[in-house]
Amino acid sequence: MPQKLWRKPLDAEKIKLPKPEIHIISDLCKGCGFCIEFCPKRVLEKSDKLNKRGAFPPEVVDESECALCSFCTAICPEFAIFTIEKKDKEDNQDGEKE
Amino acid sequence: MKESDLMLRHPLAAYLRQERMPHIWCEGCGNGVLLNSFFEALDKLKLDLDKVVVVSGIGCIGRAAGYVNVDSFHTTHGRAIPFATGVKLANPELEVVVISGDGDLFAIGGNHFIHAARRNVDIKVICANNFNYGMTGGQYGPTTPLGSWTTTTPYGSIEHPFNLVHLAAASGAVYVARWTTLQVRKLTDSIKKALGKEGFSFVEVISPCPEIYDRYNKLGTAVEVMKWFKLISQTQHGCTPENAEISKRQIIIGEFVDIKKPSYGRLLREMTTRVKESFQEKKAK
Ligand SMILES: Cc1ncc(C[n+]2csc(CCOP(=O)(O)OP(=O)(O)O)c2C)c(N)n1
Ligand code: SF4
Ligand code: SF4
Ligand SMILES: [Mg+2]
Repeated sequence: MPQKLWRKPLDAEKIKLPKPEIHIISDLCKGCGFCIEFCPKRVLEKSDKLNKRGAFPPEVVDESECALCSFCTAICPEFAIFTIEKKDKEDNQDGEKE
Repeated sequence: MKESDLMLRHPLAAYLRQERMPHIWCEGCGNGVLLNSFFEALDKLKLDLDKVVVVSGIGCIGRAAGYVNVDSFHTTHGRAIPFATGVKLANPELEVVVISGDGDLFAIGGNHFIHAARRNVDIKVICANNFNYGMTGGQYGPTTPLGSWTTTTPYGSIEHPFNLVHLAAASGAVYVARWTTLQVRKLTDSIKKALGKEGFSFVEVISPCPEIYDRYNKLGTAVEVMKWFKLISQTQHGCTPENAEISKRQIIIGEFVDIKKPSYGRLLREMTTRVKESFQEKKAK
């Protein structure tokens, strides 16, 4: 949910903002830093965990800040990060297991 | 979840030969971004992957042919376009895409490029322009900017480079666009558009080569190069290709040509039908 709204939108009850889920395939990352640098919401940060390839992959600082723009998915040269919309438990009418 | 399983959930997983990952490209190399953008275009168009063929030449970007999960061919140096021409003429149903480098397409393969464009062969050419021969250690090539450093221009290049979009347009391409690897969304849109056109379409992708060209020219890390692209890129749709300059000051990006013209394949098929018919008429008389 984006913070700092100067007024509560009238349809805030009705409209559900999609919830982001960020996935990082750490061992594919070569540490270029594109996702960290170009995320418009500054959701990612360089981690201090060295991966198999000798790089420091990104880690998520605050998933809830993600706008699901998927720019990180698009700019990653390694196919090592992607975002998807989190399925809401309540919305899950089929009763599928998450 | 295991990382290999996670890879399969990537929205573009179907387009990538997962078993060949990680690819050979250096950290921050633009080639991976180009490939990502190409897959996104395929995904948006929902093309039947059995009908898509990727052909590449030799060079770092040439390895793309080995990473796409469609029928593909990694040709000899400079020969991607003639190979692709053959594929398209033999089976017009296929969507044939050439993904190759500035050196491959415009040095050793330069003649194939201009003549395929002139004949309006119905293939799509996507060029990763990193201003040098990355794979062989960073020699200068036909796109190396005047005055820039490479392993074979230790005092700065004294040759004037090709302006690829001008060359493509002057040779007859029906669609010509240029983006840098930073404008991934626009690049995807252009690739989508190119794939939808009849005839020779060309998309130039200005791409970082952090390990060689960018290092020799002291351009900084890949992130710095991408930030520099952001700073100096200027969108000018419809700009006369001749004026679409690439310099230290600015990189003109956008769509420069979007015209209609019958493709070589169509004219060839029409002619063949015509000739066959008149032959049969003569025989009947
Ligand atoms: C006939 C032939 N000549 C020369 C070479 C050496 N060679 C390999 S890749 C290459 C240049 C590649 O440059 P480019 O197309 O810009 O691709 P990049 O590596 O920059 O992505 C050259 C000259 C070769 N493989 N075959
Ligand atoms: S989807 Fe957009 S906002 Fe979310 S992490 Fe990726 S780049 Fe940032
Ligand atoms: S040498 Fe340059 S073009 Fe080749 S993989 Fe490395 S960064 Fe990319
Ligand atoms: Mg090159």
